[in-house]
Amino acid sequence: MAGSLSVDLVAAPPRAGARGRLIRWVLLRLGGVLFVLWAVATVTFFALRLIPGDPAEAILGGPGSQASAEALAQARADYGLDQPLFTQYLVYLGHLAVGDLGDSYALRESVASVILTNLWPTLLLAVLSLAVALAIALGLAVWSTRGGRIAAGVGSLLEVVAAAVPHFWLAISLILLFSTFLGWLPPVSVPGPLGLVLPVVTLAIPLAGFLGQVMREALLDAMDSPFVLSARARGEGDGGVFWRHALRHAAIPAIGLVGWAFGSLISGAVVVETIFARQGLGRSLLGAVQSRDVPLVIGVLLVVALAYMVVTTLTDLADRAIDPRLKRA
Amino acid sequence: MKITSVLALAIIAFLALAALAPSVLAPGDPLAIAPLDSFQPPSLAHIFGTDESGRDIYTRVIHGTGASLLIGIAATAIGLGLAIVFGLLAGFGPRWVDFGTTRLLEVLFAFPGLLFALLFIVIYGPGVVTSTIAVGLSTAPGYARIIRSRVIQVRTSPYLEAAVVLGRGSTTRIVRHVLPNVAGSLFVLATLGVGQSIVWASSLSYLGLGAVPPAAEWGAMLSAGRTYIASFWWMTFFPGLFIVLSAAATTLLGRAIQQKGRES
Repeated sequence: MAGSLSVDLVAAPPRAGARGRLIRWVLLRLGGVLFVLWAVATVTFFALRLIPGDPAEAILGGPGSQASAEALAQARADYGLDQPLFTQYLVYLGHLAVGDLGDSYALRESVASVILTNLWPTLLLAVLSLAVALAIALGLAVWSTRGGRIAAGVGSLLEVVAAAVPHFWLAISLILLFSTFLGWLPPVSVPGPLGLVLPVVTLAIPLAGFLGQVMREALLDAMDSPFVLSARARGEGDGGVFWRHALRHAAIPAIGLVGWAFGSLISGAVVVETIFARQGLGRSLLGAVQSRDVPLVIGVLLVVALAYMVVTTLTDLADRAIDPRLKRA
Repeated sequence: MKITSVLALAIIAFLALAALAPSVLAPGDPLAIAPLDSFQPPSLAHIFGTDESGRDIYTRVIHGTGASLLIGIAATAIGLGLAIVFGLLAGFGPRWVDFGTTRLLEVLFAFPGLLFALLFIVIYGPGVVTSTIAVGLSTAPGYARIIRSRVIQVRTSPYLEAAVVLGRGSTTRIVRHVLPNVAGSLFVLATLGVGQSIVWASSLSYLGLGAVPPAAEWGAMLSAGRTYIASFWWMTFFPGLFIVLSAAATTLLGRAIQQKGRES
């Protein structure tokens, strides 16, 4: 494989070679995404069958509901629970393949429609928080690498503390400060931009702490590297070296972390949406966990996995665009 | 030594004292109720205030340190233990094992953050033990990836090639050469991990899926205080403050050790 590729490289013009490698890379990644989605679906399907208790009972409102034997049998037949487990799995995969995620036990609504109504609020929250976190992290990293010794110390301490703060505690502290004492912002998420401020800041600060640490290390690394030395030798000034060369280099690890960051934001959304009583995927997931609403749990986890994989693939593509070294791989 | 390291060590020493001998710092009974004193704001008599049954929150936070740290340490041990097995298998085993383990890790990474813990809790129900295991399981993939790359780094090093040439068996190579060389990274990971585990476990407790009231444990205190956030903020603020302190202190210490390892 590698041999034939290098022959291609010699024979074909370099552009076509690069495009061929890109297509191959994208196809491989797509295969990987499909594999992970299948595995996530399979793992959650079989894992959730380990739940003690009768799923038919869960559908009819839990053990306290005292459902009659006929009603239980009816529910089993309705949801296909009377079939052998493997048949149920195949049916379930078949439904998934056409995008049918089944019906929520608790909400008496299709999982797809629950997810659709909750997806956009969470994505909006995540994307805004990511943008704010990247801005804070960049600011902190630049300030602490260029601001002298004290800035370096304070900056790195701030990053560590920010990264260590649990979302719920940050949310409570922000509500106390900005709603209870100052009265500037609403304590729960009201419609409109004002209601978004506290949830976004709550999600952004811990993430900014993590990203800031990584960016600062990459910046310091870059300032020590040979290409910065050669830029200096060409007579470029301190600022030019920093803004033009080092910063671009420091963006690479930060972009590589965007996929991970996105995942941690979705996980944080479970807590933040609950505290601020904000509609979203995280709060639906928590509700589904509490009521053991199996189809909704699987559906949300699948959508999150898909979103996570899409974001990681996109950031890897962006990495290849920024870092020419990766194009050869 | 840097000021931040001194500060981190001081906080950790204080937490260790609170965990091992809580009565030295807070002589009162963490479970003693005094209904007449309920919901007292912080004052000289109760520096962190009191809860819904008039229990002193400072006493409860101090007495809860041991249990809370234990949960964090246990979760980290579970996560790291699994990660060592996976990391060694992937880094040292035959190619197909590495391939399989790497794919498995990729699947687990698709359950970001606490989502795998939530799945685990759906299956086994909420509680201290399940939430501790759940946090351990959800941190394992991250550790495993780091350990795998360290193991591969060591495996391809000249002294390990020398061990192969000398005819050492794979068990000897793992125990005598790989593990000691990975130990440094493990120690750093463990120190950094305890703080993270405490934060995650307390988040689960806050959501009502972990430790339950009236235990004097930070997470349980948070979940009890959740109902009263709007009017009695001190019930959640102070236990949360201790979580932040312990997480920040362990992270600072872990970073300092990491830095030392890199310099030497």
